Amino acid sequence: MTATALPPAIETTKLRKSFGGFVVTNDVDFRLERGARHALIGPNGAGKTTFVNLVSGALVSTSGTVSLEGTDVTDLTQSQRVKRGLIRTFQINQLFRKLTVLENVSLAVTEREGRATNLLRPSGSNRAIIDEAYSLLERVGLADDALRPVTDLAYGRQRMTEIAVALGLEPRVLLLDEPAAGVPTGDVGIIIDLIEQLPSDIAILLIEHDMDIVFRVAKRITVLTEGHVLVEGTPAEIAANPQVREVYLGSRGAA
Amino acid sequence: MTETSKSPKPHDTAVTTALDAYARRHRFRIVEVVPWIAAVAAYFVFPDYLALGGQILATIIFALSVDLLIGYAGIVTLGHAAMYGTGAYTAGLLAANGWGDPVSGLLIAACVSALVGFVSGALVLRTSGLTLLMQTLVVAALLYELANKAGHYTGGGDGLQGMNVWPVFGLFRFDLFGKTAYLYSLAVLFVCWLLLRTVVHSAFGRSLMGIRENPLRMQAIGTPVERRKLIAYTLSSALAGVSGALIAQTTGFVGLGVLSLEKSGSILIMLIIGGVGQLYGSFIGVPLYMIAQDRFAAIDPVFWYFWIGLFMVLVVLFARGGVLGVLGRMFERLGRSR
Repeated sequence: MTATALPPAIETTKLRKSFGGFVVTNDVDFRLERGARHALIGPNGAGKTTFVNLVSGALVSTSGTVSLEGTDVTDLTQSQRVKRGLIRTFQINQLFRKLTVLENVSLAVTEREGRATNLLRPSGSNRAIIDEAYSLLERVGLADDALRPVTDLAYGRQRMTEIAVALGLEPRVLLLDEPAAGVPTGDVGIIIDLIEQLPSDIAILLIEHDMDIVFRVAKRITVLTEGHVLVEGTPAEIAANPQVREVYLGSRGAA
Repeated sequence: MTETSKSPKPHDTAVTTALDAYARRHRFRIVEVVPWIAAVAAYFVFPDYLALGGQILATIIFALSVDLLIGYAGIVTLGHAAMYGTGAYTAGLLAANGWGDPVSGLLIAACVSALVGFVSGALVLRTSGLTLLMQTLVVAALLYELANKAGHYTGGGDGLQGMNVWPVFGLFRFDLFGKTAYLYSLAVLFVCWLLLRTVVHSAFGRSLMGIRENPLRMQAIGTPVERRKLIAYTLSSALAGVSGALIAQTTGFVGLGVLSLEKSGSILIMLIIGGVGQLYGSFIGVPLYMIAQDRFAAIDPVFWYFWIGLFMVLVVLFARGGVLGVLGRMFERLGRSR
């Protein structure tokens, strides 16, 4: 068990965010282990996306700390955290709509390699970046769409591009914010397959509504309600927990 | 993951060809020679219109600087005359106060405009959309009033008098027919175009397009978006300054108009007519607008602005992407019907 000796991929202590008097994230203590497959669930308005924004650095916390693999990153900007391998995707596609799929991923690879500040060298002359972006698309099954504008793709494949852009940054920690949101039921399978194929050394935090995805992918589940952690455990424990059934699964069982 | 991705398995030939083409997008294409042939031809065909021609060439630089902002980086501005006017007054004041060397004057004007762009950009680029539009407008209005009030140096509403511009490189005098002015402007435009073309095809230029398409995602892939926008803004300001300085040197006069809202607005109109974000829109929109203005003003001195306005409405209604957009779609259709 060498993994326990290493500091966790992500650890938050007393992480808090309030807008005026309204506390959205209420002193959350949370650990994401190395290489974890961990899901964060909770009813609408539980503060899941705010939590992702705080961890990724898109929002500045009111108090508390975030550390990444043992280093305190609370005061780092989002782009500094990205450079250390803390990457997120978005619940609603945030892609470069007029650009091709290949270019969407190339931008990420270029940025990771620190080449994007070069004003003089043609972007296409760095063939290694293009080849890397293309092989990434091959790996996730988007190679045939590489040279099409991203808006030409079906929504499910746009969601895959969303993940491919994140992979282009070589994540150590990947925060997937509802990766299958808006995908037709028949296509949800390809998203799950894609997540299951991701390298096991990437720690994944999956924010998800869809319980089928959660129970297929996650080895651990944390339930968030009204900004604080209600309970954490294995999928079996969570499924059996009466409190969880009441606030979350209960509504589904009643429906 | 790194090992496999850095040494990709060999693709089939169709993929390799496609990726090669993708990697060569920055190579020069034959059509890119057309504007330069036209500019040189115009010099011989219209010897009586060289003064207007020189101003058109200089104004194209201004339009290019705005295209970098709006078309590539997605930064809207209604106050870029601030940088254009700063360049014009810098070159004008230098020439009126004993330093008439045109080339160093241009470089100094570029630096001063870049500085104004850097400082004002650091303040206004925190905003976007309509707020940014208003902020850029305010910067230009402030500089306009500054130039107006500093009449002792700038001549205020009467304009800056007494510029003495020396021959280019000490060799080529600015003549009455505007021959030197035309060729000098053409040379400067060529250098500015080459620089801008290089920048928009660079990795930096691509990242600007990413910022235009989705600043939120750029932030999430680790781009310091604000800093990169500021670099683009500063570079664009330097180009606008060169344009203003060039007009000042070749006409030997600077008026308050160079800092006016009308200047900021009309350059936008020219760019939109030509086509935004395609690098060559400026080369079409500026001559169209300025020649039309010249002709309409000669035919109908009172209502020429009405005709420009009507033209503009037609472009927005029927010619999405400006003249370049229309041409692009035409060629696409021709290619398909073949």
